[in-house]
Amino acid sequence: MATINLVDLQKSYGGNVLAVKGVNLSVADGELIVLVGPSGCGKSTLLRMVAGLESVTSGRIEINGRDVAKAEPAERDIAMVFQNYALYPHMTVRGNLEYGLKNRGTPRAEIDRRVKEAAEILEIGPMLDRKPRELSGGQRQRVAMGRAIVREPSAFLFDEPLSNLDAKLRVQMRVEIRKLQRRLKTTSLYVTHDQLEAMTLADRLVVMNGGLVEQIGTPTEVYDRPATLFVASFIGSPPMNLIPVDVMAQAEGFSALPLPPDTDIIGMRADQLVIEPPQGESIVLHGQVELLEPIGSESHLHVSLAGQTLVLRVPGRPDLADGATIKLYAPPSAMHPFNRATGRRTDSPPQA
Amino acid sequence: MVENRPVLNILTHVVLIVGVAIVAFPVYLAFIASTHDANAFARGLAPMLPGPHMIDNYAQMLTSGLSSAGAPPVWLMLINSTIMALTIAIGKIAISIISAYAIVYFRFPFRLLAFWMIFITLMLPVEVRIMPTFKVVADLGMLNSYAGLTIPLIASATATFLFRQFFLTIPDELMEAARVDGAGPLKFFRDILLPLSRTNIAALFVILFIYGWVQYLWPLLVTTDSRYYTIVMGIKRLAASADADPYWNLVMAAVMLAMLPPVLVIILMQRLFVKGLVETEK
Amino acid sequence: MQTKRTIFPNKLLPYALLAPQLIITIIFFLWPAAQAVKSSFEREDPFGFRTTFIWFQNYTRLFNDPGYLNAAGRTAVFAVGVTLLSMGVSLLLAICVNRLLRSGRLYTTLLVWPYAVAPVVAGILWWFMFNPTIGIVPYLLDAFGYRWNHRVNGNDAMILVIIAASWKQISYNFLFFVAGLQSVPKSLVEAAAMDGAGPFKRFWTIVFPLLSPTTFFLLIVNINYAMFDTFGIIDGTTGGGPAGATNTLVYKVYADGFLGLNIGSSSAQSVLLMLIVIVLTVVQFRWVERRVQY
Repeated sequence: MATINLVDLQKSYGGNVLAVKGVNLSVADGELIVLVGPSGCGKSTLLRMVAGLESVTSGRIEINGRDVAKAEPAERDIAMVFQNYALYPHMTVRGNLEYGLKNRGTPRAEIDRRVKEAAEILEIGPMLDRKPRELSGGQRQRVAMGRAIVREPSAFLFDEPLSNLDAKLRVQMRVEIRKLQRRLKTTSLYVTHDQLEAMTLADRLVVMNGGLVEQIGTPTEVYDRPATLFVASFIGSPPMNLIPVDVMAQAEGFSALPLPPDTDIIGMRADQLVIEPPQGESIVLHGQVELLEPIGSESHLHVSLAGQTLVLRVPGRPDLADGATIKLYAPPSAMHPFNRATGRRTDSPPQA
Repeated sequence: MVENRPVLNILTHVVLIVGVAIVAFPVYLAFIASTHDANAFARGLAPMLPGPHMIDNYAQMLTSGLSSAGAPPVWLMLINSTIMALTIAIGKIAISIISAYAIVYFRFPFRLLAFWMIFITLMLPVEVRIMPTFKVVADLGMLNSYAGLTIPLIASATATFLFRQFFLTIPDELMEAARVDGAGPLKFFRDILLPLSRTNIAALFVILFIYGWVQYLWPLLVTTDSRYYTIVMGIKRLAASADADPYWNLVMAAVMLAMLPPVLVIILMQRLFVKGLVETEK
Repeated sequence: MQTKRTIFPNKLLPYALLAPQLIITIIFFLWPAAQAVKSSFEREDPFGFRTTFIWFQNYTRLFNDPGYLNAAGRTAVFAVGVTLLSMGVSLLLAICVNRLLRSGRLYTTLLVWPYAVAPVVAGILWWFMFNPTIGIVPYLLDAFGYRWNHRVNGNDAMILVIIAASWKQISYNFLFFVAGLQSVPKSLVEAAAMDGAGPFKRFWTIVFPLLSPTTFFLLIVNINYAMFDTFGIIDGTTGGGPAGATNTLVYKVYADGFLGLNIGSSSAQSVLLMLIVIVLTVVQFRWVERRVQY
């Protein structure tokens, strides 16, 4: 059980280019933190710095209050699950699970107890004497997790552990990882580029972009109140519609709304714009239907508005002809005000 | 592809059978010669069919040799050849795998220089630096010793490159996982890298064993004491004497014995041999 | 140059790991090579008491020495002969094996073993077959009215060493040609067949051009082999004779240095050979780079 503190963590690869530009993060004991962002945003580098696989350019990494920024990976009391599993191909599953414990001089009886326990938790008991190449992708994933569990470390580090699995298995393993983490209550850092995975797994999300933290918060907070334009467009599918204020000005009822100063972009979630008149106060936009994509119980409706395309998520399959002019309604509460130059929300004080 | 051209199919086999026959014919003749007694070569043409003296000839060569040619018994030369081939093969593999490990898994000053120094050995085969290399070995007092026979041949750029190439294909995460699991560099090498290199080591061993066995010029230079003669260079001495005294039967028995071990290695380990041959050239 | 994403932090260990290889390389490769370069600019007096620095005299003398020029010419003939004969035969055999399915493996086994025969032993085997008094080949040639004697006739001697050297190299070329042929996409050959091309036309228009990287690679390897790995074959058959007819450059370095004890000249010859190896190695590696980019 452990807390993790990252203080002004920076990473540069020679020269002046910073891959991680000063990250501060406090992880509470037992918390599952998901680092999410596009590729190259620095999330993996950050995780690997915590693991001790990348050197720290400046800043501190504290695990349980102890600065480990210069410690060997093995001295940090962490365990890691890799994207390609990184199982030792010439060892059996049991050998893979035992290797880290043996290296630490764990007594034989204790090793056997932990391997047995992990095998039960992960239901890999029957596979203990097989080699990794004889296992399926999902089974290898379990063994990789098992290797982390038997160590009983202070923290788990997950580096995109599900990206090598097919879509169906990914959802299943995601649920299992969540349950497992709840059960073991081990502090965890989890890196993914998949925002859906991030939303469903995280106690708190850390959205990163360009080596910086854009926002830290619970999935609900991040979804409901994205702090920056980047977060607004990265989290949520389809992404939030971002409309310049001068386009919005044509909407009925818009000019009457009080806007925070410096607002020049309005963001609206795809499911908060509707085509049926809602109850209560709302503004009204006029647009042309471009395309209707039915995806089962709901449809994605692409609407063109002053040269911009908005995407709406509408229930069922509305009977709309391409090119038809329709009305779009949105309550004032659905509008997220942003400033283009700073990229931030204008209705909240700047983050400390 | 379905293709039925009987004439072409027959031609294919004819060409291959003729090819195999031509390739094997010199060895066939040598074997036949080793089954006769010396008189068989006094009559002009060497015999074409087996004779009755095979066991006598081989037994004589193995145990006492041909003293008039100044070569020791073949068994001794076979042992020397085996020692030389094994030491060279194992030595080359050992020093190459650790050099490749250093070059791939560490970053340190002069890494590039070390790489180029190893690379340059490719361009300096022993044949082009005979005199000065001989002088170094002589100055170090290594003439007429197993060390002198083997150590100067043990540096290997090809083996180092093969291992380097192989290590680069091993996922980075394996080493990272091992480090998180508490393995230091030596432990990682012993527990993970070495077992994973097994096939490459075996393939390389086949190639290098043959390389060591067929060495001729180097043993010729550094051994003057017949106790250190290898079979390959000993045969030259036997053959040179055969021109004067026609003991062709005995010379060819020694030739057969000299060929047998490496040829057996290739035939029994053909898969590894082909893998080793093709991959060292990458 | 490439390393792993993460590396071990040890400072001294890599030097310790490299030490054996580098020490051997320095003592037995670099130092002797430097010595060869140094003494190629020097003349040693007959008693070895004094050495004089003489610039390029050893080299100019070599280029004016008919014996050296002859050796260079003989080496060229030998290298071309070995390369053409060995590659030609190997290609033919590889094409045949490539046509077969199961029996191909048996033929392969029967063709690869000469690789394991030491060059000097290969030389002796063929020397025995061509022996003017008891060999089978002179006996047969005699029936056609040709009196074979490689001890006297320089051309006979050259043919003998070319055949012996080619024989030993067939396995190597064969294996690489088979590998090259197997990497030619079947679909291309099938497409050509549907376009109505017969087996011979298909080979010359589709397969052979696609095989050109392998062919070029083998060309370099074979020249290298003929020049530097055939000492044993020459020494086991003709000893460079008769009258220098099979005296290759490598053989001459040995003969001049060890038998003639002419250090300066032998060193200059070594240096020239090093230059040739360097050129061949560079050409070979440039080719490997290109192959990677395919």
